[in-house]
Amino acid sequence: MHLSKTIISLAPWLVFAPLTGLLINLIFGRRFSEKTIGAVASLASGAAFVVSALLAYAVSINHGEVMRWRLAEWIHVGTLNLDWIFRIDSLSTTMMLVVSGVGTLIHIYAIGYMHEDVRFKHQEGRFARFFIFLNLFIAAMMILVSGDSYLMLFVGWEGVGLCSFLLIGFWFEMDTLGRPSWANSDAGNKAFIANRIGDFGFLIAAFLMFWNFGSLQFDQVFLGASSLSAINSPLTVAITLFLLLGVAGKSAQIPLYVWLPDAMAGPTPVSALIHAATMVTAGVYLVARSAPIYTTAPAAQYLVAMTGAITALFAATIAIGQYDIKKVLAYSTISQLGFMVAAVGMGAYVAGMFHLITHAFFKALLFLSAGSVILGLERGHHHKKESDDSRRRRSRDAERSHSLELFDPGDMRNMGGLRKSMPVTFWLYIVGTLALAGIFPFAGFWSKDEILLDARLHFPAVYWLLTIAAFFTAFYMGRQIWMVFFGESRTEAAAHAEESPRVMTVPLMVLAALSVLGGGLNLPFKGFHQLGHWLEYTLGKVESLPLDLTVAGVSTLLALTAIFVSWLLYGRTPLQAGQPDPLKKPLGFLFAGMENKWFVDEGYFAVIINPFKKLSQFLADVIDWRFWHDFVHDTLIVGTYNWLSTIALDRYADQKGIDAFANWLGTATHWISENVRKIQNGFVRSYALAVMLGVVVILGYLILK
Amino acid sequence: MISTDYYIILSAILFTIGALGVLIRRNPLVIFMSIELMLNAANLAFVAFGRSWEIAKGEAFFNGQIFVFFVIAVAAAEVAVGLALIVEIFKTKKNINIDEMNSLKG
Repeated sequence: MHLSKTIISLAPWLVFAPLTGLLINLIFGRRFSEKTIGAVASLASGAAFVVSALLAYAVSINHGEVMRWRLAEWIHVGTLNLDWIFRIDSLSTTMMLVVSGVGTLIHIYAIGYMHEDVRFKHQEGRFARFFIFLNLFIAAMMILVSGDSYLMLFVGWEGVGLCSFLLIGFWFEMDTLGRPSWANSDAGNKAFIANRIGDFGFLIAAFLMFWNFGSLQFDQVFLGASSLSAINSPLTVAITLFLLLGVAGKSAQIPLYVWLPDAMAGPTPVSALIHAATMVTAGVYLVARSAPIYTTAPAAQYLVAMTGAITALFAATIAIGQYDIKKVLAYSTISQLGFMVAAVGMGAYVAGMFHLITHAFFKALLFLSAGSVILGLERGHHHKKESDDSRRRRSRDAERSHSLELFDPGDMRNMGGLRKSMPVTFWLYIVGTLALAGIFPFAGFWSKDEILLDARLHFPAVYWLLTIAAFFTAFYMGRQIWMVFFGESRTEAAAHAEESPRVMTVPLMVLAALSVLGGGLNLPFKGFHQLGHWLEYTLGKVESLPLDLTVAGVSTLLALTAIFVSWLLYGRTPLQAGQPDPLKKPLGFLFAGMENKWFVDEGYFAVIINPFKKLSQFLADVIDWRFWHDFVHDTLIVGTYNWLSTIALDRYADQKGIDAFANWLGTATHWISENVRKIQNGFVRSYALAVMLGVVVILGYLILK
Repeated sequence: MISTDYYIILSAILFTIGALGVLIRRNPLVIFMSIELMLNAANLAFVAFGRSWEIAKGEAFFNGQIFVFFVIAVAAAEVAVGLALIVEIFKTKKNINIDEMNSLKG
C-alpha cells in the first residue's frame, strides 16, 4: 500500500515528462544536433512509458482498486467542481502503456525517418519542430487517457486533435510530392474540421450529462446513468448517440471518416503514431470508458456496433482500389477501427481493447515499414538522379528542380521487387500483414477472432459484415505485398532502392515481435484471459469466451483464400509498368468505385460542402453585401442620413429655419435702425421737443393715474 | 400774506415761457436766456415751497433756499461752457443758427 502511494505520486509525470522534453527541445533545439533532439524526445516519451508501467504495477498490487492523484484545482463554478485528477485504473494504464510504448518506439524510428525526410524535402531546421509536436502529442494523449472526468478527457481530446492538425500539415507549404501547394495544409484543415463536428457531439453529450447528473466526473455520471430505471431512457440514448458522433469524428467512422485518408499527408511516423496506433483509438477508449452508460442503452449500443461494422466493410472495399501504400493502410486503419468500435458497441469491451492494443502494434509496424519503403524508394530515386547528374554535370539548382520532378515514392505502381533490395523491411512487412490479416498465431488472429466470436453470439448481422471485411482485409494486404515486394521493379528508383538504417529497423523489430506475441495478452483458453481479468477491475464482470473453432476456422480459411486470390491476381503474373490493375476489367464500375473511394468525398462536396459554399457565397454576396451593405447600410441608413442632413436638416431646418431666422433678425434690426436713426436728426430743438413731450407724457401719466 | 399758489403759478408761467423759448427760438443766446428763465422758475418754486414748509412747521430749514444757490452755481457754470462753445462754433461756421448745427445725427 505504501509503495503504491509512492508510485501514484509519479502520475503527473505522465504529462510532465513529455512536456519537459518538449520544453528542452523548444529552448535548445536550435543548438542541438538531430541525434540529441531525437534522444531527448525519445527519453521523454520513454520516461512516460516507465511511469505508465509503474502505475500499472501499482494497480495490480492494489488488486485493481481505482486510484486518483489530485494535481491541481481546476474549475469550481457553482455546482461544477472539477479538479485536475489523474485516474489510475486498469483501463487507463492499459491505454497509457500502449500510447507511451508504441509512442517511444515511433519516436526512435522518427529520428532516422525525419533525418531523411527533411533532407529529401530540402528543408533544414524542421527536425526539432517535429519532435516538439510529437512530445506535445504524447502529453495530450496522456491527459486524455488519465483524466478523471469527461471534461479532462475532452482537454486531451482537443489536445491530440491539435497535434494531429499540426503534424498532418507538418509540410504545410507543399503537397505530398514536395511541390509548392497548400494540399497538406488543406488535409490538416479537413481533419480539424471533421473532428469539430465530432467534438460538437462530444460537447453536447457532456452538457447533457452535467445538466442531468450534475457532474462530469466519471463515477458520478455512471451513478446517475445507472439510477435511471428505464432501459433505453431517452436521456442515455441521447448522451450515447452524441458521444457516438464524437467517436465517429475522432476514430474515423462513417460518416466522418473522410479526414483520415487525407491525413496521410503528414510524415509517416505521424501516420503510425497518431492516425493508426493511438489518437484514433481515443474513440474506442471513450466508449469503453463510458461502458456503464452504454450498457443502459442497448439501442445506442446496436447503432454503435452497426456503425463500426459498416465502416469496417466499407473502408476495406476502398482499400482494395488504392495505389498509394499509405492510403491502403489508412483505409485499413479505418476498417480496423470499425472492428474495434463494433466490438465496444456490442459490449465486448475487452475484445475491443484487445484489438486496440494488437492493432497499435501491427498497424504501427505496417505504417513504419511503409515509411521505410517510401524512403527506400526515395534513396533509389536519389541514387539514380545523382548518377544521371554526374553525367550531365548539372548545376546544383538544376539538381533541385530535377528532384521536384514528379516521382511518387508512395505509389505502389512505382514499386515492385523490393524483396531483394529491402529484405529487413520485407520480412517486417510480412509479419505486420499476417497479423493484420488475422493468420494464426499472430496477434491479429486472437483479437479479431474474439470480436468475431462476440458478434457471432450476440449480433449475427455484425458478424457477417465483419467477416466479409476480414476477407477483404487479407485481400488488400496480399495485393499490397505482391505489388510492393514481389515481381520486377517497375521503376528505376525501385530497382535502386536501399534498406533503411538500424535506427529505423530496430524499433520495427520490437513492434514485429509484439505483433507476433501480442495475442498472448488474452489467449482464449481456460486459465488465460489475462487482459480480460485485468480490465475486469474497471469494467466489471467480463464474459471470457473460449476459442470457437468454427469462427476461427472460417476467418482463417477466408483470410488464406483471400491471400491466395490476391496471389492469383497480383503474385502469379506481377504487374508490369504502366499496366492497369488486373481487377479493373472484371469488376468494371465496382473497381472504379473502390479506386475513387466510392465518390464519398465528391458526394460530400456535392451534398454538403458545395451547397454550403454556395449558401455562404449567397449569404455573403446577396444577404450581407447586397442586402445589408448596399441596401440597408448604403440605401437605408446612409440614404436616410443624407436625406435627413441635406434636405430635412440642411435645406429646411438650417437654411429655412435657423439661417432664415438669423437673417431675418439682421434684416429686422437693420430696418428698425434705418427708421430709428431718422429720429436722431441733429436738430437740437427737436430733441428738446421730444424731451418736453416726454415730460408731458410722464406728468400726464402721473396726474391721470 | 401772499399764498404759495401764486408763486407756483408764476413759476409755471415762467417755466412755460422758457420752454417755449427753447423750442421756438433759433438763436442760441436767446435759448440760453430761455433756459435761465426755466431755471429761475424752478428756483422760484424752491423758494416758495421752502417758505411754505417753514410756515407749516414753524421753524426755518432753508433747504429750498440752499438748493437755489446750487442751481444758480450750476447755471453759471453751464452758461460759461455754453457761451465758450458758441464762440468756438461761431469761429468755425461764422454763424450761430441753431438749425445749422446738425452734424451730430444718425
